Amino acid sequence: MSTRVSLFVTCVIDQIFPQVGIAVTQVLERLGYQVDFPPAQTCCGQPAFNTGYTEEARKIACYFLDVFRDSEIIIVPSGSCGSMIAHHFEDLFEHDPKLLTEARSLAPRIWEFSRFLTEFARVDDVGARFDGIVTYHDSCHALRELRIRDAPRRLLSQVRGLTLREMSAAEECCGFGGTFSVKFAEVSGAMGRTKIDSIQKTGASTVVSIDSSCLMQLQGVIDRAGLPIKTMHLAEVLASQ
Amino acid sequence: MTARDQILRDIRKALKTPAGQPAPLPPPRLTIPQSDPDQLSDLFAQKFEALGGKCLRVPNPSSVPPAIADLLVQKSAIASNSPFLRKCGVTGLPQVHSGFTDREQLKDACAASDIGITSADYALAATGSFVMLSSPSEARLVSLLPPAHIAIFPRSRLLANLDQLFTALPRPADQTSSMVLITGPSRTADIEQILVRGVHGPGEIYAVIVDEE
Amino acid sequence: MKAPDSAIHQAIDDPRLQLAIYTATGRLIDHRAAVVSREALPDYQALRDQANAIKRHTIENLDRYLEQLESNVTAHGGHVVYCRTGAEAADFVLDLAKKRGVHMLVKSKSMTSEEIDFNERLEAHHLEAVETDLGEYILQLAHQRPYHIVAPALHLTRYDVAEVFTKELGVPNEVVIEKQTKTARGVLRRKFLEAGIGVSGANFLIADSGAVVIVENEGNARLSTSAPKIHIAIAGIEKVIPRAKDLAVFLNLLGRSATGQPLTVYTSFLSGPRRETEIDGPDEFYLLLLDNGRSKLLADPEKRQSLYCIRCGACLNHCPVYRKIGGHNYPWVYSGPIGAIITPQFHGVSSDTWLPFASSLCGACAEVCPVKIEIPKILLKLREEVTEVKRREGSGGLERFAFQLFAWIATHPRLYLSLAGLGSLFFPLVPKIGPLKKWASQRSLPEPAKQSFHEWFAQRRRS
Repeated sequence: MSTRVSLFVTCVIDQIFPQVGIAVTQVLERLGYQVDFPPAQTCCGQPAFNTGYTEEARKIACYFLDVFRDSEIIIVPSGSCGSMIAHHFEDLFEHDPKLLTEARSLAPRIWEFSRFLTEFARVDDVGARFDGIVTYHDSCHALRELRIRDAPRRLLSQVRGLTLREMSAAEECCGFGGTFSVKFAEVSGAMGRTKIDSIQKTGASTVVSIDSSCLMQLQGVIDRAGLPIKTMHLAEVLASQ
Repeated sequence: MTARDQILRDIRKALKTPAGQPAPLPPPRLTIPQSDPDQLSDLFAQKFEALGGKCLRVPNPSSVPPAIADLLVQKSAIASNSPFLRKCGVTGLPQVHSGFTDREQLKDACAASDIGITSADYALAATGSFVMLSSPSEARLVSLLPPAHIAIFPRSRLLANLDQLFTALPRPADQTSSMVLITGPSRTADIEQILVRGVHGPGEIYAVIVDEE
Repeated sequence: MKAPDSAIHQAIDDPRLQLAIYTATGRLIDHRAAVVSREALPDYQALRDQANAIKRHTIENLDRYLEQLESNVTAHGGHVVYCRTGAEAADFVLDLAKKRGVHMLVKSKSMTSEEIDFNERLEAHHLEAVETDLGEYILQLAHQRPYHIVAPALHLTRYDVAEVFTKELGVPNEVVIEKQTKTARGVLRRKFLEAGIGVSGANFLIADSGAVVIVENEGNARLSTSAPKIHIAIAGIEKVIPRAKDLAVFLNLLGRSATGQPLTVYTSFLSGPRRETEIDGPDEFYLLLLDNGRSKLLADPEKRQSLYCIRCGACLNHCPVYRKIGGHNYPWVYSGPIGAIITPQFHGVSSDTWLPFASSLCGACAEVCPVKIEIPKILLKLREEVTEVKRREGSGGLERFAFQLFAWIATHPRLYLSLAGLGSLFFPLVPKIGPLKKWASQRSLPEPAKQSFHEWFAQRRRS
């Protein structure tokens, strides 16, 4: 009887990068997990929360609690959504004891994808193969709120054919920041270009992250600059064989 | 209502809503590493020289004048009224002016001197610092106005670190109006982040550690 | 006020400025990292916790500690002057200068004095206030504001400095930095020795000692507070800490966080005028305790922690936004993340509604703050307040509608699923988050997905 895990695929992946969700599913099934996907899921509410619309964010968070109430293990292939649910739902329900309790009980059930693999499944080697030089971008919420730094690197180091090279600006923000990327487009673009410079210096052909919004930002800047660099979610690398 | 009354009232009103859990004052956190006097001298010298100072070690007070003779050649110096300097025979040296008790005369002498010579009340090994307390023996400007500064002190005054200083001297204000920690020569990197020494304070500093008092 | 878009554009488009900011802050980042690493300072996190706890306790009991401070300053022969506003502080100094016949005073670096336009107020009444910190002195001559809390002239080159010195001091054009420094030293030396009053800031105020603590590298604060007969210290009320012993923790954190120095060159612990038997030092000492809106910041228990700041500048150095837009694009004298959270609190959120949004919430600031101020959390709180203000004013309606629609779609699964194609969820956000033009000005657009993950999974289940 294999372990059941629920997948919260996140709205960005669902709508724009479904291949990441597919890759997550493939890796989990390869490892023997049964993947459940509650179809009523939508979004974690972060865009509203980060833009100061806490009432709207609260509605979405409430809905999320409903959808995932019965899920014991919830896999989230995103550091920013993971930290939104695991840390910031509590901020949203500060003044509502019942919902606050629910939010607190939700937090330990949330597993960012790379952390799930290394700490729950306890595997570093998922049998993946990917030829090329890769550099890893530490997305801000994953690094600073979920404290994820080693897990993705351990997983990448076990991928056959993959050479991992660190960029000097690995921990610098890519410049996405949700609505920041539009409200302060120029600053956001400049931040993205600083990352690309650092990526180029590693000679990597692919930059990997556990956050699709970061990858979307980076790919956008890369394409505008006409560079032959690809962005891939960690799950896509781990799914490739 | 005076400004004082209003401000204190505004503060008390604002603090009526406490921020979360009660906030007790933690006990002071002072960490003093274990070390022996020899280690302290070595560490001090290492840190002091890494900052750009020059450190000399001499066995006893009478060996001080020959040790600093080269530094004084063709230079005018002002020495503080520290008894330890007198013991070391520094105040008696020909180019050294000392014994100032009048503020204006002291200021003029400091402004005109190439070198200021003082003792030090303490020295901190971990950071290569002098600790100077203003007193009848040590005026403030001697270690500040001249472009070079020599501090001569017995090894026994070496402390491990800042934490030990505040353990030995928990209430500096009881003793002096001015306690200064001097850690290296005066410097700035304000223009293009390029380091320049000797901006307003001394650009050259020397430490003479006397092993035996 | 709107965001300074064109000034930001200019800053980003200036490769020399970008290089200057990036390398200067990069250096400060590296220097700090070297001295707070696990090898160099194994206690670093514990020290941060201690500093945060001390600040928390002190701020929560601020009135008590100010009274203790005042009592001890007075006991040592000094005078405490409470100032509600910058005007009151300046008026006190003008009054005293008049009484004592002082026409020129020297000043060491004080962001608090910049905050209250101290020099300008004095100069309006013909009292000359000479900045003695090299960077501040250059800025004073150039009539510019500081660019960074700790490195005020970060944005200037040696050629800029040469021009300023030639224009304002009449000296021949000199681009060698060491010689420029010597020029300033010569001019300022005379000022130190002639000035009737020395004005300083204070990094810390020690309640149990009645003392002000000043850290510096040049020696100008020591000179300003030792040569003139009168010393006036201006400090915000939040600078107080309870005990002299607590200073060890803060000194261990301040220099390292600011410039990577375990201790700055000079650390002065000054309590009052010179004692009777001391040979030199000021005869009179005044501590000006400035409110200027700080009691207002105290009132909000969630944002009160903004007052823990020890002005190290680490948050500026690590902020990817500061490193692009630079210090002059913030609306007030305090720039970077700390500026972004205190400016709206001092001036009201309505004055610069863009400021709390000028951040990607990356959290690098909070990670390096020695006193653990939760800067991103406060930014989020301020964003909530801005949207609240806009709601009440009836502005920002389009964006509000967009997010209400967004929330509606996100809580109605059938609606969510029926909106097919790229941006179906984001569709309502596009007109506001859009103009797609803004995104597209910097990056290419992502390609639409042919099939959402929902659809893929449902399809798979069916087959």
